Amino acid sequence: MVTDRADVAIVGAGPAGLAAAVELRRRGVGSVVVLDREESAGGIPRHACHSGFGLRDLRRVLPGPRYAAHRAELALAAGAELRLRTQVTGWNAQGALELTTPTGRHELAADAVVLATGCRERPRAARLIAGTRPQGVMNTGMLQQLVYLAHERVGQRAVVVGAEHVSYSALLTLHHGGARAVAMTTELRHQQSLAAFRVGAAARFGTRLRTRTAVTAIRGDRRVQAVELTALDSGRVHEVECDVLVLTADWVPDHELAVLAGAELDPGTRGPAVDAMGRTSRPALFAAGNVLHGAEPADVAALNGRHVAGGVLDHLAGSPWPLAPVRIMCAEPLAWIVPNRVPAGRYAPGRHRLRSREELHDVRVEVRQDGRCLHRQRLVRLVPGRSASIPAPWAAAVDPGGGEVVVLVTRARRWS
Amino acid sequence: MSGAFDVAIIGAGDVGSAIARELARYELRIALLDRGDVGAGTSKANTAILHTGFDAKPGTLEARLVARGHRLLSDYAAQVGIPIERTGALLVAWDDEQLEALPAIGERARENGYDRAALIALDDLYRREPHLGAGAVGALEVPDESIVCPWTPPLAWATQALLAGVAVLRGTRVVGLSRLADCWRLDTSGGPVLARWVVNAAGLYSDEVHRMAGCEGFTITPRRGELVVFDKLARPLVSHILLPVPTGITKGVLIAPTVFGNVLLGPTAEDIEDKEDRACTSEGLARLRAHGARLMPELLDHEVTATYAGLRAASEHADYQLQVDGGLAYACAGGIRSTGLSAAMAIAEWMRDALAGAGLALAERAGGLPMVRMPNIGEALPRPYARDELIAEDPAYGKVICFCERVTLGEIRDAARSAIPPRDLDGLRRRTRVLTGRCQGFFCGARVARELAREGGIDIGGLR
Repeated sequence: MVTDRADVAIVGAGPAGLAAAVELRRRGVGSVVVLDREESAGGIPRHACHSGFGLRDLRRVLPGPRYAAHRAELALAAGAELRLRTQVTGWNAQGALELTTPTGRHELAADAVVLATGCRERPRAARLIAGTRPQGVMNTGMLQQLVYLAHERVGQRAVVVGAEHVSYSALLTLHHGGARAVAMTTELRHQQSLAAFRVGAAARFGTRLRTRTAVTAIRGDRRVQAVELTALDSGRVHEVECDVLVLTADWVPDHELAVLAGAELDPGTRGPAVDAMGRTSRPALFAAGNVLHGAEPADVAALNGRHVAGGVLDHLAGSPWPLAPVRIMCAEPLAWIVPNRVPAGRYAPGRHRLRSREELHDVRVEVRQDGRCLHRQRLVRLVPGRSASIPAPWAAAVDPGGGEVVVLVTRARRWS
Repeated sequence: MSGAFDVAIIGAGDVGSAIARELARYELRIALLDRGDVGAGTSKANTAILHTGFDAKPGTLEARLVARGHRLLSDYAAQVGIPIERTGALLVAWDDEQLEALPAIGERARENGYDRAALIALDDLYRREPHLGAGAVGALEVPDESIVCPWTPPLAWATQALLAGVAVLRGTRVVGLSRLADCWRLDTSGGPVLARWVVNAAGLYSDEVHRMAGCEGFTITPRRGELVVFDKLARPLVSHILLPVPTGITKGVLIAPTVFGNVLLGPTAEDIEDKEDRACTSEGLARLRAHGARLMPELLDHEVTATYAGLRAASEHADYQLQVDGGLAYACAGGIRSTGLSAAMAIAEWMRDALAGAGLALAERAGGLPMVRMPNIGEALPRPYARDELIAEDPAYGKVICFCERVTLGEIRDAARSAIPPRDLDGLRRRTRVLTGRCQGFFCGARVARELAREGGIDIGGLR
C-alpha cells in the first residue's frame, strides 16, 4: 500500500474544506490535499439549485452549483490538490488516513487533518416515524440529486416535513421535478424561515403550512400513498394523500471519522467538540464547518473553514495542543454552542454560535462559571434551526482550572 | 407427462430455497416459484440469529431441526461465503424470577443435546458486557449462538439450485391448485405450471396454499415483530447476543450485533390479522426504546439507522407443520415461526427423506451441486472496498457508491449480472447493502438508482 504525505489533509471538499484549503495555501502551507468521495467538488451546494450562496464569504450571490464550482476553482487556483472519488474509510495505527480510490487503497499521512465532512438530514428511521417503508420517502439531499443531477421527475403530490430555509429549497426542487407540495409541517408554532418564503409558497404552489403538526405514520405498500398527520395540541389525526414525502432539516453531523479518531463529541451538537481554533480533543485533528453542529448556510461554513486554517497554521508553527480545555455546556432550552471548549493560555476569542430548541423572544442569556457571571447579553429572539451569534471577549475570563462554563437563559418570553 | 416439472416448490424464502437446493442434487425437474424475489417475504426481516435450538421445546421437530440446521448452516456459510460471526449469546436475568429460571433453561438445553450452556458469574457478565444497564442479576452463556446475514442464505440456496437446473420463477404468484389425473396444475400470475409434486413453503401464506391443495389443519396468524437498528458507531457497545429470559409473562426483547456492524434492538411480538401489515407502530417503537433504556442506556444515545417489522408465520400449533402426503403428491413445510433461517437446511433434509419415503424417486445427479461463492457483505472479512488486490484487478471495486455502507460500483454491477439479479432497489439492498446505512440515501440514493438502471437495465422510474 502506498503512503502519501501532505502538510495538511482536509477531508471533505465542501465549502468549509475548500475555503480552509485556500487560506492554508494563501498563507504559505506547502502541500494541502483535499479529499472527497464524490465525483465533483463543492459539497451540498452542487445540488442546491437556487440562489443565495456566497454573500458572506465571497461578497456576491450565486446559485448553489456555480458557488460550488467557484469554490473548487479557487482552491485549485490557490494550489491545493483535490482528490475526488476518494473515500476516507478510517485511520491506520500511525494516525494516517486510509483511503479507497479507483486506483486502489492508499494511506495519507499529514501533520494536520481537518475534518470538513459536513452533515446530513436525519432520515425517516432516525425520526422514529411509524408506518410502512415504501419508496418515495426521502431527504432534501436525495430529492435535489434526483431532480438536478439525475433529472428525474419525483412524483405528483408531496408533503414536506420541516419549515426552515432548506424546506423551502425542497419546495422549489419539488416544483422543478414536477411535484406540488400540498403541505408543509412543523412541530413548532411557527415556521423558521422568512415570512416572504411562506407567503410565496402559499401563493405560488398552494402549499399549506401546518404548524404544531407531526408526521406520525407513513402509509403505502410499494410507493408512499399517504401520511398521517397529528395536530400536537388537539391530538387530532388525519391523513394527507401524497406520493412523495420529503424530510427536511433535523441535521446531524457526519462525525464518523471524528469518533473513529477518538475525538470527544459535544453532547449538544453531536459533532466533535472544538475550541475557537477548530481544535478537537485529538492532537493535530481539526474540524470545521457543518460537521461541528449540523447545517449553517454554506457561506458560514466557508468562513469557519477559513478561520480554522489559522488554527492549523498555529499548530504547524509548533504551538502546543491544549490539554483539558474547559467545557462550555448549554442549559435547556438551549441546544448547543460552538465553539464549546475554551483552552488555557493564549486564546483568540471569536464569536460563538448559539441555538435554542424553543422559539424564545426577548431573551437574556448568561454565561457562568462556578457561579461567576462571565457575560450577560440580550437577544431579540432565538429560533430553532437558526443561530444567534454572541461575541466572546468573556472567554479570556474563563478560569482554566475551574469547572464547566454554562450558558443559560435567565429570562425569556415564549413565543406563542 | 412431458412439460411437467417433477416438483414445484411454492415460496422462495429460506425454507423453499433450501428445499430447492437439496432436491437439486437429484435427477429431478424442479420449479421454485415466488410471488416476488428470493427471500423477499418473511425471510428478509428477522433477528438475523443462527440459533442452536438450546431453548426449543424438547422432543419437537423444531428442536431437532434447529439443532441440525445450526450445524449445517454453520458449515455451509463458511463454504459459500455467507457472513456469520459466532458471537455467542448471554441470557441476562434482571430479577430473581428470571435468575431462578436459568438453571432449568440450561437443563432444557442439555435435553436438546446442547451441553455448552453455562451459568456465568455476575462480575463476569459485566466484564464481558460493560455497557449493559445496571441491575442484571445473572446470566446463562450459550457460546454457539451466532449472528448471520439474513439476506445471503436464501440467495445462496436459490442460486445453487438455479445453477443445478432448477427453474427459479420469480414474480409468479400461485393463485390456484388443481389435481389433474397424474399431476398438479398450478395456476399462477405467469400462466399454468404443471408438476407431479407440490411442496408448500409459502410462509405466511402456507395455510392458504394448504387449503388450495384441499388440506386443512392449521391457520397462520402473523405475529409482527418490530425492530430498531442502531448506527454502526454503537457496535463497540455490544459483544454478544443479549437474550431475554423467557418467563411466560413478558417476552422481552434482545440486543444483538449484526454482521453488517450495527446493533439490533427487538423484536416486539404482536398477533395481527393482515399478512401484509409490515408497518412499524409508534407504540412498538416506544416500547422498544423503553426496553433499550433498561438493557443498555448508552445505546439510545446513538442514531437509529433503520426500523422495520417482520411477520412470523405462526400457526396455532406449537411445532412446525411438516407433512408429506404420497397419495396426493403434496408436501407442506408451514407454520415455521421464527426459526426458519436456522432450521432451513435441516427442514430441507427432512423434506427430501419424507418425499423419498412417499415415493419420489431420488437418483443423484452426476457431479453433485455446483459450487457457489456469494459476495461478502459482512464485516468479519474484508469487503471489496478494503481489498487493494481486487481494486488493482478491477477499479470498479475502488469506486464507492454507497458511502455509509461502502458499497462499490463493482458490487452493484456484479449483483446486476448475477444469476438471480435484483429487480428493484430493495432487491439490490439485500444483495449489496446499498442504502441500508445511516444516510438512507441522502448522499447516494439518486446515484444508486442510476447505477442499477444502467447495470441492471431496470427502468429508473420504478425505483424511487
